[in-house]
Amino acid sequence: MIRVQDLTKRYSGTPVLRDVSLEIAPGESVALWGPNGAGKTTIVLCMLGFLHFDGDVEVFGKDVRRCGKEIRASIGYVPQQPSFYDDLTVAETLGFSADLRSIETARAEEVLALVDLEEHRGKPVGALSGGLRQRLGLAVALLGDPPILLLDEPTSNLDAAARQATVNLLEELRGGDRMLIVTSHHLEEVSMLVDRVVVLDDGVVVDECAPAELGERLGLRSWLHVLLDPDDVPVATSALTASGFNAHLNGRGVLVDVAPEDKAKAVEVISGAGVTIRDLEVWR
Amino acid sequence: MTVAVARPQIEAGTVVTIARKELRDSVRNKWFWLYAIAFAGLAGVLTTLALPSARVAGYGAFGRSASSLVALVQLIVPLMGLTLGAQALAGQQERGTIRFLMSHPISRSEAFIGMYLGLAAALSAAIAAGFGSAGVITVMRGGAADAGSFARIAILSWILAAAMLGVGMLVSAFTSRSGVASGSALFVWLGLVFLGDLGVMGTALATDLPVGALFFSAVANPVEAFRLATLTSFEGSLDVLGPAGTYAVDSFGSALDALLISVLILWVIVPVTIAWYRFTRGKDL
Repeated sequence: MIRVQDLTKRYSGTPVLRDVSLEIAPGESVALWGPNGAGKTTIVLCMLGFLHFDGDVEVFGKDVRRCGKEIRASIGYVPQQPSFYDDLTVAETLGFSADLRSIETARAEEVLALVDLEEHRGKPVGALSGGLRQRLGLAVALLGDPPILLLDEPTSNLDAAARQATVNLLEELRGGDRMLIVTSHHLEEVSMLVDRVVVLDDGVVVDECAPAELGERLGLRSWLHVLLDPDDVPVATSALTASGFNAHLNGRGVLVDVAPEDKAKAVEVISGAGVTIRDLEVWR
Repeated sequence: MTVAVARPQIEAGTVVTIARKELRDSVRNKWFWLYAIAFAGLAGVLTTLALPSARVAGYGAFGRSASSLVALVQLIVPLMGLTLGAQALAGQQERGTIRFLMSHPISRSEAFIGMYLGLAAALSAAIAAGFGSAGVITVMRGGAADAGSFARIAILSWILAAAMLGVGMLVSAFTSRSGVASGSALFVWLGLVFLGDLGVMGTALATDLPVGALFFSAVANPVEAFRLATLTSFEGSLDVLGPAGTYAVDSFGSALDALLISVLILWVIVPVTIAWYRFTRGKDL
């Protein structure tokens, strides 16, 4: 259990977090959502014991200020911009991290394979691209097989393929008693990875909702343009309308008004009606 | 999944891991090599020039060699210690690597002690290189009889280096910008090596400072305390310093050595303790 109670953080007297309270149960995945400057990263840094703050942060019933070392043994942390010792190679970095966690170095080989960094093991970290550094950050976080994963924009530097691979990996790591706390700007990612979204604005919790509700609450809608054979258009439109979607004809296909997290569901409805989708576009 | 178990706040294994990494980082740092090579090279050259041949020059040749070495240590060792120390915390904070380090199950005390010991080991290696080159030349020229005095100067240099490293880390603990830390460290170096001495002399002239106060003002400066402590190794007396030296010898006698070494050790303990306190209790990472 993670319990944050009345968390307030000021920088030079200016509050960046004000009386933030939240609880995360074992096995739960939670997204911290909000614009830049909302305070998401500051909450993460307080959970790690990096910052001084007012209020309480407890992890497994232990105060992060008094038991920071013990608590960090339970946390795998991926920062938004991972910083490593640039002169160390990828393998040396993992070896150093394994030593500090009193872990067998064989585990380092496992996580290298898990994040697909094996071919870069001999490279100095300073020579890695932003995406590779982020994957190394994930490898370091997974070294100790921790019960808590704290991920600050974990895919922000990744290209589309690496992002998808990372999201898939995190999906696999979810579940059981593991807690996943992720800050992200990607609605699709949040929809796939978390059970609950805590919305922050200007250092205050302004809303909590299920990820499916987030797009609507934020007023975010997408248009799904599905290209079909002309004969299939009426069948697809009827099936979508029957499932509650607002769909209408558009050129060679149908245009469906969807919440960002419902795009896959709309595709399923069309496929379920026996219609072959020729192409797909998302308009925002 | 691995659930944490309680661990002591300071574990030797963790400290050694961090110290080893700091030592390796220092050895890979080009500035460190520049200092080490300059120190070793100058120590060798000065010893060669000051010790043409002890067989010819007699006992006083070692004194000339040692006083050159002490003058070199007074300049270079504080500079090395202060700049390395200043980069330790502020540099890591500026680059963000302190957060990487502290994301592991380690305490701030372990991080601090590990960094200090790793850098101290690097400094010791550089000093050993300097004294090694001077020592080889001294032995080759027949000065081996003074090995005890030579070792004493080397040990005092290590203590001075440990003190200056601590002062550097103290500077570093109060800023998160490496440029500010390095600049401040250079000012401290100037203050201790040049301005401190001039300041004491100037104040003494302007205010008619009593000789006792003059002596204590001088030895409060660790660089000066080092110089006086080493002077007794090859001069045997501080009378060469004039009234302040005579006062010191008359007032403290055989306890003078202990006093000077205590001052140096205090300069190790006090700055390191304040820097540790600041880093562990007062600083956001």
